Amino acid sequence: MTGALQHLIVLPILLPLVASALMLSLNERRRATKRTLSLATAAILIGVAATLLWFARDGGPTAYRLGDWPSPFAITLVADRLSAMMLLLTSILGFTSLFYATARWDRSGPRFHALFLLLLMGINGAFLTGDIFNLFVFFEVLLAASYGLILHGSGTERTSASLHYIAINIAASLLFLTGVALIYSVTGTLNMADLALRISKVDPNDLALLESGAAILGVAFLVKAGIWPLSFWLPRTYAAASPPVAAVFAVMTKVGIYIILRLSFLLFGKGSGGAAGFANEVLLYAGLATMAFGILGTLAARQLTRIAGHYVLVSSGILLAAIGIGGEALTAALLFYLVSSTLAVSALYLIIEPTERNADEDDIIEGIAEPVFDDEYVGAIEEKETEIGTVIPGTIAILGGGLIFCALLLAGLPPLSGFIAKFALIDALFSHVVIASSHWIMIALIILSGLATMISMTRAGIDLLWTPGEDSPSRLSLIEVTPIGLLLAVCLALMLAAGPVMDFMQDTAAALYEPTGYIDAAGPAAPAFDTSAPTTSGARP
Amino acid sequence: MEVVLSLAIGVLTASGLWLLFRPRTFQVILGLSLLSYAVNLFIIAAGRLRTDAPPIVGKGVTDPASYADPLPQALVLTAIVISFATTALLVVVLMASRGLTGTDHVDGEDGEP
Repeated sequence: MTGALQHLIVLPILLPLVASALMLSLNERRRATKRTLSLATAAILIGVAATLLWFARDGGPTAYRLGDWPSPFAITLVADRLSAMMLLLTSILGFTSLFYATARWDRSGPRFHALFLLLLMGINGAFLTGDIFNLFVFFEVLLAASYGLILHGSGTERTSASLHYIAINIAASLLFLTGVALIYSVTGTLNMADLALRISKVDPNDLALLESGAAILGVAFLVKAGIWPLSFWLPRTYAAASPPVAAVFAVMTKVGIYIILRLSFLLFGKGSGGAAGFANEVLLYAGLATMAFGILGTLAARQLTRIAGHYVLVSSGILLAAIGIGGEALTAALLFYLVSSTLAVSALYLIIEPTERNADEDDIIEGIAEPVFDDEYVGAIEEKETEIGTVIPGTIAILGGGLIFCALLLAGLPPLSGFIAKFALIDALFSHVVIASSHWIMIALIILSGLATMISMTRAGIDLLWTPGEDSPSRLSLIEVTPIGLLLAVCLALMLAAGPVMDFMQDTAAALYEPTGYIDAAGPAAPAFDTSAPTTSGARP
Repeated sequence: MEVVLSLAIGVLTASGLWLLFRPRTFQVILGLSLLSYAVNLFIIAAGRLRTDAPPIVGKGVTDPASYADPLPQALVLTAIVISFATTALLVVVLMASRGLTGTDHVDGEDGEP
């Protein structure tokens, strides 16, 4: 990437920030303008992410030094295959969730679009940044926006769930800072690529300090990823959030997974001397425990939102255990599974609410509650609700079809992408000459998780859709169906193009195992280093 | 000085943790605040303790050894701002929870009266 195109990397952060700032200056009553602006932003983000992915696939990692400072001092943004792929996934989920929200959810509280775009900015920044402290800042941006979004729609259940969510995340952020401080005190740098270079030269006496720093840092990400036993907040919080918010939160656990993937390969990969392979065992066993907990939770859950929440845990467990075992083939498979399961869970969260609309009233968290605080937007919130969009017949047929599609994807039954992902995972686990007992446990748990998902989804589906109710089926607007269809269509495309996608994942996994490209692009010896510039490098230590 | 600082961090962390595990929302907020003070002090300590050394390098000076590490100080400033903002947000949620449930218990209901 050269010329003006190199500035494309900063766009996934800048664009939602500017759009969100604009949104704040607009009155809450100008809803049409806000919707157009945020949907346009989300659509452009998809285009930008796809372009970045295109360049990253052919040209390898590209670094962007903010403010054009020389490399270890600048905050770098790095677009490589993995981060570009995650950006594309986020922007697709962002677009579909926003689209779904315009049906009615964005009216159940003020400033929905501004918060939503800030969340996208935070997630994009976390995927792009190549600096640990900058990562903390983007984490806080996405967390602050998520606090607002969890509360969106108000109500007792949401407020109470978000109290737990905020408290645990502030505590996790403090652990994050402690870890960063420990790592800085040992290595003297915060740039990830620079860290990867310096970690092999760390004095063996300081290694314990560095590893405890990395472990404390890791706990902060594992809380986000929902590892057992740090995950009890997750199903309840996700179930309490409004559907479009829960749908985009499906990618938030993957932020934690992404960082663990990135840092464990960069810092504790092959070239890191005494620290190599740090904490892999912990990840494996904690991942297996998370899977087991998620499976039991799926079976015990009585509501679809709880099933979806526990499924998020199962998928986190599978991903963490796979990271713990390692190996190029398994890493490629886990990346495929990551994309497929995130899309499927997001679609499930969107389809739950229209499905449950004509079920028992007391099972459902009310959509539009009275605002807690009276403010200037009260008039806008209490506006009389009107159905918008075309009402289409055969609601039950569409919802039932969508739910079956989601169930097949989540359970991993052929022929959909969920099956391909799980097949690739199990195939990679079997490819070792000697299969360890922990691998057998993981294979068993992967298959059991499919069974558990199928059982509980069937039970919930029969209960909600095929039991004759007293009410006539509720109406479904086209605006709600389109994003669900879009997400399922992406899953279908993943299935049809499984070969090329898998090739891409294999190359991505190979690049993770050989991070020299990443280090060369973002590290201190960056090729774009301009020595003729009037820097004060002579005075620097 | 090292002893004083480590004692301060230790006492802040211990009291913060104890408060964090209490059942009232206000205690939780105070606990989180104390913990964040402890972490801020810890970040400063990560840049090595120095006295009488300015963190900003002046013009024409070539010996960085006579200066304190400026980076942890910048990090602490950012951390203070962020923790202040999130604590303010938590206070608002606490008030909303108190208003909606009528109790200041973290679970929204009192177990034993």
